[in-house]
Amino acid sequence: MSLQAPPELGRDHALALLGQMAMIRRFEEKAAELYTLGKIRGFLHLYIGEEAVAVGVMQALTPEDAIVATYREHGQALARGVPAGAVMAEMYGKANGCSRGRGGSMHVFDVSRRFYGGHAIVGGGLPIAVGLALADKLLGRARVTACFFGDGAVAEGEFHESLNLASLWSLPVLFLCENNLYAMGTALARHQADPDIQKKGSVYAIPGATVDGMDVLAVEAATRRAAEHVRGGRGPYLLELQTYRFRAHSTADPELYRDKREVEAWKGRDPVTLFSARLLEWGLASETDLAAIEASVAAEVDEAVRIAEAGPWEPVEDLARDVYTGGR
Amino acid sequence: MPKMTYRDAVRAGLREALSRDPRVFLMGEDVGRYGGAFKVSYGLLDEFGPERIRDTPLSESTFVGAGIGAALGGMRPIVEIMTVNFSLLALDQIVNNAATLRHMSGGQLSVPLVVRMATGGGRQLAAQHSHSLEGWFAHVPGIKIVVPAVPADAKSLLLAAVADPDPVLVFEHAALYGVEGEVEDEAGPGEIGRALVRRPGDAVSLVTYGGSLAKVLQAADELATEGIEAEVIDLRTLRPLDIETVLSSVRKTHRALIVDEGWRTLSFAAEVSALIMESAFYDLDGPVARVCSAEVPTPYARHMEEAALPQAATVVRTVKDMLGHDG
Repeated sequence: MSLQAPPELGRDHALALLGQMAMIRRFEEKAAELYTLGKIRGFLHLYIGEEAVAVGVMQALTPEDAIVATYREHGQALARGVPAGAVMAEMYGKANGCSRGRGGSMHVFDVSRRFYGGHAIVGGGLPIAVGLALADKLLGRARVTACFFGDGAVAEGEFHESLNLASLWSLPVLFLCENNLYAMGTALARHQADPDIQKKGSVYAIPGATVDGMDVLAVEAATRRAAEHVRGGRGPYLLELQTYRFRAHSTADPELYRDKREVEAWKGRDPVTLFSARLLEWGLASETDLAAIEASVAAEVDEAVRIAEAGPWEPVEDLARDVYTGGR
Repeated sequence: MPKMTYRDAVRAGLREALSRDPRVFLMGEDVGRYGGAFKVSYGLLDEFGPERIRDTPLSESTFVGAGIGAALGGMRPIVEIMTVNFSLLALDQIVNNAATLRHMSGGQLSVPLVVRMATGGGRQLAAQHSHSLEGWFAHVPGIKIVVPAVPADAKSLLLAAVADPDPVLVFEHAALYGVEGEVEDEAGPGEIGRALVRRPGDAVSLVTYGGSLAKVLQAADELATEGIEAEVIDLRTLRPLDIETVLSSVRKTHRALIVDEGWRTLSFAAEVSALIMESAFYDLDGPVARVCSAEVPTPYARHMEEAALPQAATVVRTVKDMLGHDG
């Protein structure tokens, strides 16, 4: 850790980054609690430990850019600005949820923010991102489609097909591999013959980089460089973000496959505490600032829960709604 | 009215869709330089250019998924999967994404995507190139399934599919591409979800679609020589299904036979049969019957393949059995 703050890092931006990460952390902790109370059901994949990835990446995107995410997407949604109340209500299954309660935790959508889900088949979002980028290219729009996926997706055929097609047609896709070292319970080294993920882009002539996904500033800087490449019409880019989830894969996971000491070691690199400590050290934040952020996100999460609790249930008579656009 | 082949009718539909709307583009394996595996898109590359007639790598899942994404992004993609057999490689994108995105997003998204593919057997292509799996796809809510049996429908239902805000899968029976029929120049889009009585009759309702229609009409002609007037219904769309047209026919004829090139077990014919039973049971003079494919992977040898697929002679024999059984 350097003793000096990066000269370009302003206090407001630094506090905003910390605030967003703290918000995701608190939101996810609350979600876990609500799950044990039975308020949230189904699968719940928590983002705790990976906050720097979503927050860092989103800094480099404009409102016109599109995002395609996975089933572990609450962090991306919040960092993109999807209202926390709408995400929480979605997990409650309420009609005021962002997907009207039809999607749940794994299927957060907010088209007004070009947030295209929430995809729960590993690798299945990549071709969609390629298509969104194709539409932008055909319509002459200088936009980026940011496509999140995990290290597990790298073993899927759609990863290779999508990288090939995006590169072949020089499409503006920013491929973001969130490498948290486990495809559910299978360690990277146990599912990849060559665990160097970023290198896999090179066989499809896609440039890329590997970045420390626990360092929000590093993520932001790397994503800015990557997005600039993509937006400039030079084709796709593959960014590997090395991170770690502190919690189990999902609420259904007893975590038999990894050593508790490994988890503890990674917790020593907690992106939220790490960044808080840096800001203090750099003199960009005071203990009072940190306390204010904590209080503010706690209030925001409480408000999200209140919105979810107060939300209505969709009437069962509407069951067949939105299967087809014409209602047929 | 001008006559043209089914192949030319599909091409005329594609040309019209591409000319009418700049958001429409065609992509798939060998649709451009090769001119389409069935020569359907022949000439379109020269006419519309490589941006709109796009040759894809052999990656069915990804180019179908890219079609979904492009549709979300404001385009009107027409994706050609060479044949239904290869569509299995894109099943994830069709079933998990195209069919679900509208519902799963709480109505925020529409997927105006057309996926065309050849279907069916009868050309001695053996077990990996002869599937009729449109019934599988028809199982899935969120997509529409169109099965044009004649050139006029091949064009008009394609245009309807392109105009539709939701994903439509068009199954073109490969044996039909060379078949000629009348096609109106200015017909415009047809109506998805509407069956048609192709031949009126009062003795039995023969319900079919796609590649089996010609065989069923041939069987009906043969039956007519023996004084049996069969009514032939072409379903044209499997989902949404126009069951009312079927039911009103059955209420008139009191007998129904469904002819479907899918395997008999869990065939689309089974669904039609169940619907007749549920809504017109007391109008029936006898059990609903089915002629489907035999329960074998489609064999190569000609005589064996013929035995495996529905044939006009089987339809004739089955109708006579039906009429004989109830005296």
